[in-house]
Amino acid sequence: MSTTDTSSSVARGTLRLVSRETQVKEWLLASVFFACAFVAVLAVALIFAFVGWKAWPIFSEVGISEFLFGRVWASSEELYGILPLIQGSFVVTLGALVIGTPLAVGTAVFLSEIASPGVRAVVRPAVELLAGIPSVVYGFFGVVVVRPIVGDLTGGIGFGPLTAWVILAIMIVPTIAALSEDALRSIPMGIREASYAMGATTWQTIRKVVVPAAKIGIIDAIILGMGRAIGETMAVLMLVGNAPQFFAGIGQPISTLTSQIVMDMGYSTGTHRTALFGMAAILFLISMGLVLTVRLVSRLRD
Amino acid sequence: MTDAAGATPPVATEAGAAAPAAERGPGEAHRHHVHAAVGETKVHVQGLNFWYGDFNALTDITVDIKSRAVTAFIGPSGCGKSTFLRCMNRMNDLIPGTRVEGTMLLDGADIYGPGVDPVDLRRRVGMIFQQPNPFPQSIYDNVAYGPRLQGLKRKADLDAIVEESLRRANLWKEVKDILGRGGLTLSGGQQQRLCIARVLAVQPEVLLMDEPCSAIDPTSVQKIEDLMAEIKDEVTIVIVTHNMQQAARVSDFTAFFLQEVAGEPAVLVEYGRTSEIFTSPSDKRTEDYITGRFG
Repeated sequence: MSTTDTSSSVARGTLRLVSRETQVKEWLLASVFFACAFVAVLAVALIFAFVGWKAWPIFSEVGISEFLFGRVWASSEELYGILPLIQGSFVVTLGALVIGTPLAVGTAVFLSEIASPGVRAVVRPAVELLAGIPSVVYGFFGVVVVRPIVGDLTGGIGFGPLTAWVILAIMIVPTIAALSEDALRSIPMGIREASYAMGATTWQTIRKVVVPAAKIGIIDAIILGMGRAIGETMAVLMLVGNAPQFFAGIGQPISTLTSQIVMDMGYSTGTHRTALFGMAAILFLISMGLVLTVRLVSRLRD
Repeated sequence: MTDAAGATPPVATEAGAAAPAAERGPGEAHRHHVHAAVGETKVHVQGLNFWYGDFNALTDITVDIKSRAVTAFIGPSGCGKSTFLRCMNRMNDLIPGTRVEGTMLLDGADIYGPGVDPVDLRRRVGMIFQQPNPFPQSIYDNVAYGPRLQGLKRKADLDAIVEESLRRANLWKEVKDILGRGGLTLSGGQQQRLCIARVLAVQPEVLLMDEPCSAIDPTSVQKIEDLMAEIKDEVTIVIVTHNMQQAARVSDFTAFFLQEVAGEPAVLVEYGRTSEIFTSPSDKRTEDYITGRFG
């Protein structure tokens, strides 16, 4: 508590005021960070507004029910019913989840509960690396390796849901595995110890204590994986066969919202083009619904 | 009881020791240190050494834990009391790089013998931790966890075990109408008693308590000390505590652990009846610790 510091030699009983310079610097920093956060919000708002604006004619001219529940997509005949495409998106997504979720949650349980630190140090980066592979490479792998096998199995050329499921399942593993592993690792060690101290085996501890405790986090992870799958475009485009028709078998070509947008984007005009924006708006709403669901589920935990 | 009971026939003299114990009223015994009715050796430890990797944490521990009594482990922080406690149900097996040497027998059977199943051992040697750690499940499911692990499914049987265990843990009155509520909604002290009920539900022969009262409210501490006095006729209790008064109140035997130099292994300085350790310790270091000169 020295009062002899000459540089701040103010009279006893007074406190030094904040300098003008500090005030300005603080204000500037706060503004910069606000601007960063604002860009994200602005981008979402702008994209949503733009897509909505461009999509509006399809809703007003063709009609919402005609558009959403129309059973035929044939742009050459000016039929813009996207029901087969919505169905295709969900078929592809749900199939990928059915295959990918056990794989991913199993990976997460292995990494969090079973693997030794050495094994974990190898497996974890490998799983993370899956997320870094460009989707066109996945698609290429699917076309060259998986498609012929599926073709042999189903008696076609192999473009269709099954091929897309297999590849998409691998693509969503890193998302679901990483988030599930976080959820599992956030479970306090004391709970595991308590279970072991009761004479539970590792498997009993995982199945009856750890996984149920991390349930909400794992559900979150699966929903986010679903978001990843439903928005995936390139790999799906390369594998589903791109025939805008209803699901007719695991080896029969279908099409999805994302892949159809890419297929038609280059040449579409007029109503056809607004229909593509309408599909984008629907995708946007589905994704938003998934994010909201995650938020609701997370709130259940608290 | 558990399937383990068949593997170890009770020592003949144990039955004789139990008779005088039964004559005492359940609550009467505590606050008195000397009993005519302490049992045979439950856990026999001879020349035990323990390593965390290269670090020799405990050296040459020799002690006989008596059955149907409360044994307190006291000593300054980091002196290996908890480590030793966790040797007794092989919880240290879960920590990679740990090693045990020496002899540790439960009813004459080698705890670290080849092929011994730690899972089965832990059903017989239960444990309570410093931090209450109920599962994020209902109160009922917490207590039913152990019996269910052992394959018990009938609702009526489970109901009976849950009630009896909660009664023995001095918690039944507080939770009997809210058994479906989450275990984590209880107060810290109630959670700890829930954990005790959960362990008692598998009827362990030995109950290890690792500073069970250091993180909870005084009312619950009282209730836990009461229940220890009540159940020690059936369960051998070993408690690690930093609270000297608690050790004096609840235990029949006391073991004083000390790590004299940091980095050197801890030793068991003195072990004996609590009444003797607290009134006329034979080792100067014990006396210094008990009278509060260090630690």
